[in-house]
Amino acid sequence: MSIILDKVDYVYNGGTAYEKRALNQVSLKIQDGEFIGIIGHTGSGKSTLIQHLNGLLLASSGGIYYNGRDIYEEDYDRKELRSKVGLVFQYPEHQLFEPTVFADVCFGPKNLGLSRKESELRAFSALRGVGLPEEYWYRSPFELSGGQKRRAAIAGVLAMKPEVLILDEPTAGLDPLGRDEILNQIASMHRELNMTILLVSHSMEDVAEYVNRIIVMNQGSILLDGAPKEVFRYRQELEAAGLSVPQVTELMQELRDRGIPVSPEVTTLKEAKEAVLQAFSKHRQA
Amino acid sequence: MLRDITIGQYYPSDSILHQLDPRVKLMGTLVYVLSLFFFRGVSGFLAVTLGLAVLIRLSGVPVGYMVKGLKAIAVILILTGMFNLLLTPGEPLISFGAVKITEEGIKSAAFMVVRLTYLVLGSSVLTLTTTPNRLTDGLEKALRPLNRIGVPVHEISMIMSIALRFIPILVEETDKIMKAQLARGADFESGNLIKRAKSMVPLLVPLFVSAFRRANDLALAMEARCYNGGMGRTKMKPLKYERRDGAAYLLLALYFAGIIALRIWLKF
Amino acid sequence: MNFIEARKLVHEYIRRDEEGNVEGILAALDGVDLEVKAGEFVAILGHNGSGKSTLAKHLNVLLKASEGTLWVDGKDTLDNRYQWDIRKNAGMVFQNPDNQIIAGVVEEDVAFGPENIGVPTEEIWSRVEKSLKSVGMLKYREHSPNKLSGGQKQRVAIAGVMAMEPKCIVLDEPTAMLDPKGRREVLEAAGALNREKGITVILITHYMEEAVQADKVYVMDHGKIVMQGTPREIFSQVDRLKSYRLDVPQITLLAHELRREGLQIPEGILTKQELAEALCQLY
Repeated sequence: MSIILDKVDYVYNGGTAYEKRALNQVSLKIQDGEFIGIIGHTGSGKSTLIQHLNGLLLASSGGIYYNGRDIYEEDYDRKELRSKVGLVFQYPEHQLFEPTVFADVCFGPKNLGLSRKESELRAFSALRGVGLPEEYWYRSPFELSGGQKRRAAIAGVLAMKPEVLILDEPTAGLDPLGRDEILNQIASMHRELNMTILLVSHSMEDVAEYVNRIIVMNQGSILLDGAPKEVFRYRQELEAAGLSVPQVTELMQELRDRGIPVSPEVTTLKEAKEAVLQAFSKHRQA
Repeated sequence: MLRDITIGQYYPSDSILHQLDPRVKLMGTLVYVLSLFFFRGVSGFLAVTLGLAVLIRLSGVPVGYMVKGLKAIAVILILTGMFNLLLTPGEPLISFGAVKITEEGIKSAAFMVVRLTYLVLGSSVLTLTTTPNRLTDGLEKALRPLNRIGVPVHEISMIMSIALRFIPILVEETDKIMKAQLARGADFESGNLIKRAKSMVPLLVPLFVSAFRRANDLALAMEARCYNGGMGRTKMKPLKYERRDGAAYLLLALYFAGIIALRIWLKF
Repeated sequence: MNFIEARKLVHEYIRRDEEGNVEGILAALDGVDLEVKAGEFVAILGHNGSGKSTLAKHLNVLLKASEGTLWVDGKDTLDNRYQWDIRKNAGMVFQNPDNQIIAGVVEEDVAFGPENIGVPTEEIWSRVEKSLKSVGMLKYREHSPNKLSGGQKQRVAIAGVMAMEPKCIVLDEPTAMLDPKGRREVLEAAGALNREKGITVILITHYMEEAVQADKVYVMDHGKIVMQGTPREIFSQVDRLKSYRLDVPQITLLAHELRREGLQIPEGILTKQELAEALCQLY
C-alpha cells in the first residue's frame, strides 16, 4: 500500500498572463502507516500538493499511483479514491451543514452509498475516534466550542473509513489546550487505527513532537524530506525558506557554540531535557 | 466561463475616459443606450457605430478584450436573433413548411442583434474605465436628489461597494466548501434536476452561515471605526467636475441632438 | 487617572431557550479590575472563552457593562455622549483579516475611519499616508486587499485604526489566523507604534510568546483576572499557567523542567539566550 507521485507539475491559469507554477517536478513515495508532517510557508505549494493526493486537483503533467494503480487512468474511480484518501481542510468546521453533529458525520458514508444503519455505525465509531463526548452528538454544530466543532468535522471525514488521512493545519485558530487535544487525538488515531497520516502545519514544535517524517515544501518543490532529526540539521536552508527549527534545537546549537557538548540531534522538549542533564552529569563526573 | 465576462470588470489605464468623472460616464451611458433605441435606419446605425468606435478607441481598452465579453451573452444574442427572424410577420421570402422567413424578419433580427451587442459593448466601456468605488460614488452623488423622497442613497451605495468587495471572497469560499464536500463524497454533477438542487444544500448552508458571520463581523468593525451612516461624513476622494467633464457633457448633448435630428428630419 | 480603569466590571449574557424563557445567566466578565496607564503595552492572555474578547469589546464600547464601571481616557463608557469619542480614541483590530476591510482599495479602506469622523479631505490624504507608512504598507496603497497576505491585511487594519489618530489601540487576537511570518509582521507593527508613537497597546492573545514584549500581562480565566504582573513574574509560574489552559514557550518550559531536575536556573526564563547564559554559568 503506498502513494507514489512521479514528477508532478501543477500550473494555475496555464497559457495566460497569470500563469503560476504551484508544483514543480514533485516526486514522492508515501508508505503505509507513516506519520508525515508537511511544512512550508504560505504559498509554498503544500495545500496544492495534498489536493492532488485525493484527486481533487489534477496534475498538469506527471503521474500519481495509489496502491499501484494510476489514478489518471480513464476507468479509475476517483470518487472512491476520495473516500480512501480522506482530506480534512483548514477550518473544517465551516463545512458543517446538518442540523445535528451526528447527521453531519453521516453525510460522507451516505454519499458512499452505504445503508442507513451502516452509515450510523460508522458515524458512531468516527465520533468515538475523535473523542467527542456523546452528550454533543445530537446537538447543533453551532452550539459546540471551536475545538469540539473541529473534532466533529474531522469525524465527518473519518466516517468514510479512509486508509490515509490528510489534515490541513488542524490546529489553526485553536487555543493551546484545544491544539494539544487535537494533536494527541490524531496521534492516537495513527497508533490505534493504524492509519497513514499527513499533517500540514506551520509549527515546527508541533510537527517535531509527533511525526516520524517531515517533507519541507518551498516554491512548489520538495526542499527536504526525511526524519525530523535529519531535516532539522539543515537550519540555514530552512531559514532561507522562511521556516525555523524548533526552539530547543536552536538552543542546543547555542549551547554547543558556548562549549557545552550536548547532542546535536535534539528536536523535542524531552530530548532537550535529557541532553542537557546528560551533559551536566558527565561534566560533573569528569 | 465566469472569467470571460468583462462587464463589471475594471481595466486599469489612464485614458481620457478613465479620467472623466463617473457621473459624466453614467449620463453618457444613459444617452448612448437611449440613442440605440432611437435609430431605425442605416444612417442612424452608422452614426451610433461611429460613436461607439470613438468611445472604444478613447478608452484605451483593446478591442479584442472587449469583444471577448460578448461570448458570455452569445446564447442570448442567438436566441434573440432567431425569435425576430422567425416570428416577425410579413411577406415570406423563403419558407420551409410552417417556418417562414420574411424581409421584415431579417431586418428586425439584424437590428436587435446589433442593438444588444452595442448595448453590452457600450456599458462595458463604462465599467472597464471606472473603478467600482468611483462608480458607486458617482451613483451616490448622481442619485442624491432621490434622498428627498426617502430613498436611502448613501446606504445603497455603501451596500454596493461592500458587495463588490466581498464577491471575490465569497467566490473563493464557495470553491473551498465545494472541495471540502467533494472530499466527503458529495456529488454536484450527476443526477436529475431535483437531485442536483438537493446536492446544493451542503454547499449553500455553510455559505450562508459564513456570509452571515462575515456580515456580523463587518458590522462590528465598521461600528468600531465610528461609522454612523452618511451624516457628517467627508470623502478622501470627493467627486469634482473638471473642465474636461464640461466638454464631455457638451459632446454628449450634441450627440443626442444629432441622433434626434436624424430621427425626426431624415426619418431614419 | 489611568488611561483605562475598570472597577468590578461585570458582563452577563442571558441564555434563553427556544420559547424565550431565561435558561441561565452566563457571566462573561465577572468583576474585572483593570488599570492601564497611557503609553503602556499590556497583554491580556486567556484561553478561548475566558472572557478576554468580551473585555476588549467593552474598551471600544461595542459592548456595555451590566455592572461596574469602566473609564477610557477619563470618560465613562456608560455615558452615551462619549461613545463616539471613546471609539475614536481606542481603536480596535479584530481577528479575521478579511472581515474588517471595507473598501476595495487599501488606501480607501484606511480612509474609512477618518471619513466617518469628518476629517477634511486634504488631511485624510496626509493621515492615510502617515498611517500606511507606520505599518510599512505604503507601497501597497493602490492594491486590492484581496491580493494581500494575512499579515499584510492585518497591518492595513492597524493603519485604518491609526488614521483616526487614537491614543490607544486594542488588538483582539490579531494573529490567531496568521502564519508565523504574518504573526511576526503584526507584532512588530504593534510594538513599533507603542515604542515610537507612544500609543497605548492592548494585545489580546492566547499565544504566550506574544506577551513577552509587554510591560504588563494580565491572565484571564472564567471572566476573572487571575494573574497580573510583568511577563517574567507571570511566566515563572509555569504550573499555574498550565492550569489556566495556557501554553508556555518551549524554552520557558525546558528551563522549568530542568529546575525541577535540580539545576539552579532562575525562574521566568523567556528566551533561548537567557537559558543558554544560565546553563553556561552553572556548567
